[in-house]
Amino acid sequence: MKQVLLGLFFATIFANVFAQSERYAGAMQKNLEAFAAAKTAAEMHDLSNSFERIADVEKTQWLPYYYAAMTEVLNGYMITDKAGADVIADRAELLINKADAIEKNNSEISCVKSMIASLRMMVNPMQRWQQYGALSSQLIEQAKQQDPSNPRPYALLAQNLFYTPAQFGGGCTTAKPVAEEGVKLLNAFQLKSPLHPSWGKTQFDMVMDQCK
Amino acid sequence: MKQFTLSIIILISVSTAFAQTNIIGTVTDNKKQPVAGASLAIKDSYDGATADSLGRFRFKAFDKGSQILIISAVGYKTIELTIELKGGEIQLPVQLKQEITEISAVVITAGSFEASDRNRVAAVLSSIDIVTTASANGDVTGALKTLPGAQQIGESEGLFVRGGTAAETKTFIDGTLVNNFFFTSTPGIASRGRFSPFIFKGTVFSTGGYSALYGQALSSALILESIDLPEQSSANLNISILSLGAGFQKLSKDKRSSWGVNYNYSNLTPAFAVIKQQQDYLKAPVAHNIDLNYRIKTSKNGMLKYYGYYTTNSLAFTQNSLDSMNYKDKFSLTNGNMYHNLSWKESLKHKWKFTAGVSLSTNKDDISFGMQDAQKNDVLLNGLQFKNFNLNNKGFYGNAKLVLEKKFRGLNALRFGSEYNHSDDKNNITIFNGITFNNRIVENVYALFAEQDVYLTNNLAAKFGVRAEHSALLSKTNVAPRVSLAYKLGKQSQASLAYGIFYQNPELRYQPALNPLIFMKAEHYIAQYQKTTSLTTFRLEAFYKKYDNLIKTSNVNGRDIASSNNGFGDASGFEFFWRDKKNVKNLDYWISYSFLNTKRDFLNFPTAITPNFAAKHTASLVMKKFVTKLKTNVNLSYNYASGRPYYNIQFDPNTNKTYFADRGRIPDYHNVSFALNYLPGIGKKNPKAFAVYVLSVSNIFNIKQVYGYNYSANGMRRQELVPPSRMFVFIGAFISFGVDRTDDAINNNL
Repeated sequence: MKQVLLGLFFATIFANVFAQSERYAGAMQKNLEAFAAAKTAAEMHDLSNSFERIADVEKTQWLPYYYAAMTEVLNGYMITDKAGADVIADRAELLINKADAIEKNNSEISCVKSMIASLRMMVNPMQRWQQYGALSSQLIEQAKQQDPSNPRPYALLAQNLFYTPAQFGGGCTTAKPVAEEGVKLLNAFQLKSPLHPSWGKTQFDMVMDQCK
Repeated sequence: MKQFTLSIIILISVSTAFAQTNIIGTVTDNKKQPVAGASLAIKDSYDGATADSLGRFRFKAFDKGSQILIISAVGYKTIELTIELKGGEIQLPVQLKQEITEISAVVITAGSFEASDRNRVAAVLSSIDIVTTASANGDVTGALKTLPGAQQIGESEGLFVRGGTAAETKTFIDGTLVNNFFFTSTPGIASRGRFSPFIFKGTVFSTGGYSALYGQALSSALILESIDLPEQSSANLNISILSLGAGFQKLSKDKRSSWGVNYNYSNLTPAFAVIKQQQDYLKAPVAHNIDLNYRIKTSKNGMLKYYGYYTTNSLAFTQNSLDSMNYKDKFSLTNGNMYHNLSWKESLKHKWKFTAGVSLSTNKDDISFGMQDAQKNDVLLNGLQFKNFNLNNKGFYGNAKLVLEKKFRGLNALRFGSEYNHSDDKNNITIFNGITFNNRIVENVYALFAEQDVYLTNNLAAKFGVRAEHSALLSKTNVAPRVSLAYKLGKQSQASLAYGIFYQNPELRYQPALNPLIFMKAEHYIAQYQKTTSLTTFRLEAFYKKYDNLIKTSNVNGRDIASSNNGFGDASGFEFFWRDKKNVKNLDYWISYSFLNTKRDFLNFPTAITPNFAAKHTASLVMKKFVTKLKTNVNLSYNYASGRPYYNIQFDPNTNKTYFADRGRIPDYHNVSFALNYLPGIGKKNPKAFAVYVLSVSNIFNIKQVYGYNYSANGMRRQELVPPSRMFVFIGAFISFGVDRTDDAINNNL
């Protein structure tokens, strides 16, 4: 009986731990599905809050903070009045720095940092191009170095180049080869878990479609 | 036992299945406005929600018992509520308090224009705008003349603000006063500013009601902040029809300090050979200019900066004399000027901060007036001997300032400090017969000041300041209160008010006077409305300014000598400013308009009149467009001023009074300027060198501009006072190595 009880006791603990990680995976999965379907700035901000709640509980996981920052940046990209984007960028930066503290030198995190720099540039491109444009490119380079197999820095770069006028060294001529390179990497990329970042296809498809 | 085990299992399952509480409510701010996007989270749980656009929220919480609910939103103070979860439904009205932050709080903008890259509502221009304004010709004050409040004065240098003289505007670099900000005055020609616009990252142009930290300016303060560490080491070269220059800037490996040196040689002989000048130059302007800088980070927020500058320039020209036909008036000038500025700012413990600065400068002018005959021989004409004299001026100036700042909660801050200003002017006049009159004036002004920023809410801010000054020369003390208020009317609009008293010493050239002089005084009242979005700025400002104790002169043996402070005057008007980067695609433009109504009685004026430096209507249109295809930046500006009055004031020895020997109104002023900047290297990856080619043309339509009249000594003859050349063309190339200095180089017009 004693053994049975002891066994039951351990089983309960195991079940709890298992339930915990299952709960985490489940909540993340649910949010990622909502993320895939999200279309408005408000939905992105809602998701950011939701990812942050998970992150604040799972103090050793960097992914919830990563997604919380990512969705907040996308919120900033989607709002029409970019005057408010600085505040959003501030929040995204706070979140990505928390991810950075857990998972150092991560290529995916550098990608989000690059996106934040781009968001800050959008507030006033004429004035901020020099500072934040340079920072954004620098962070893409950093992401490439941190993980040469990561296609996502290529996705950001291809997209940035596509929207840069040809006279400034952008346009299809420079964007397309980057996208082609990125597609190769994306096809070869090994996902560590279903919760890990896997985006990039949309960006590559867009560039490849427009630059046929 | 079995039953016991079963009950445990049941207990566990019950605790997970039935503990569900619905939490619903609304998040509002203290004005009952919904806080959309606010986050609600049960501490240490996934449960929570985001408030919708009406501030409403609804979510399920699965924990039980006493839990902490955290409510947060950007711009609000985060609150934590303890709630009891026991199933069912909890209704929660949540009220958040706004956090007073730099981004959300109202900014006091009355009377001031800021040109900087900080994202503030006060920053109506960016630092690059200072150099990309077509009519500015690369001069620091040029772009400011396209803002409301400043006059379009072409015959002399300086900023004439809201009916004030140029001497009523003082310039400060990193907090300390700059003497001789402009090159030495030349009759009928506006001198340029001495400093390159590229050494400044921020400019605040106050057209009135400025802070108690600054003083000794009746009308306006121009506050310049020098750049910090460069991003990279670089070298640069420039060549133009006016000058040749080279520079080097070195950033240390640890990126904590940098030093730099620049040398520039300018010679206007080639330019004047092509562009005919009104004056007949015996010696075209030639200048050597060298500057040094050193900057070091002393701590995370601490920075020590040194900037040193030395220049020497000379010129000489003649013009047809109005006093004697077939003779010429001769003017020659040699100037040497040295300037040093050392500033240090540091953050201390307990939110204290100090800023200290010292500037020292020396200035030496050797000026000679004379006459020449048609064969260019110096002559001394009978009856006109007074036209031959030499002026030798030597000045030494020192300014030191210390400001301590303590920050309190929610942007509230107290600043106080002290300023000391020393000037020592030696002026020698040698008249035609060799007799020299020596004059030396030493002045020491001591000031104490304090200023308190009060933020009652994000929407209401006030600034209370007071400044006390003691002048050793006048042996007088003044106390000047300053107050400004700002109220946020809406998300993008705000209203500001400003009031202040401003004192200024009579210019040293009026000393010694016939009677002891006292401080001159101005009182400012300003009301402003501003509406800003990220791409547009609209401003409307009305002001009233009252002058007292202005200097009056008396005629003593044919010379005007200061005799009293019985002068007075006032100025009122309104101004309008609109900047738009949004509504016309790819075009950035601003429009400004000023209406000015002013009269004053000072110096030798017979009565209170609108002075000759005040136009009733002034307007500017500035446009900037980057043509991507051509890699070219196109800048266009149009400046307008309605005709200013002109006077010839003569002294009548019989009545011992001055009178108008002539008066009238000059024609309206129009100036269309245009500048092209071609940047062939833009977008190139890692270019080794980056070049910018500049072409600028001022007054492209060759419109005749008249600034007033020059009169013969007896007042019998007059001649139009016009610019040295109607149109001016500038061509230059700027190349930098090692670093992409696109923005810097874009419009380094001169």
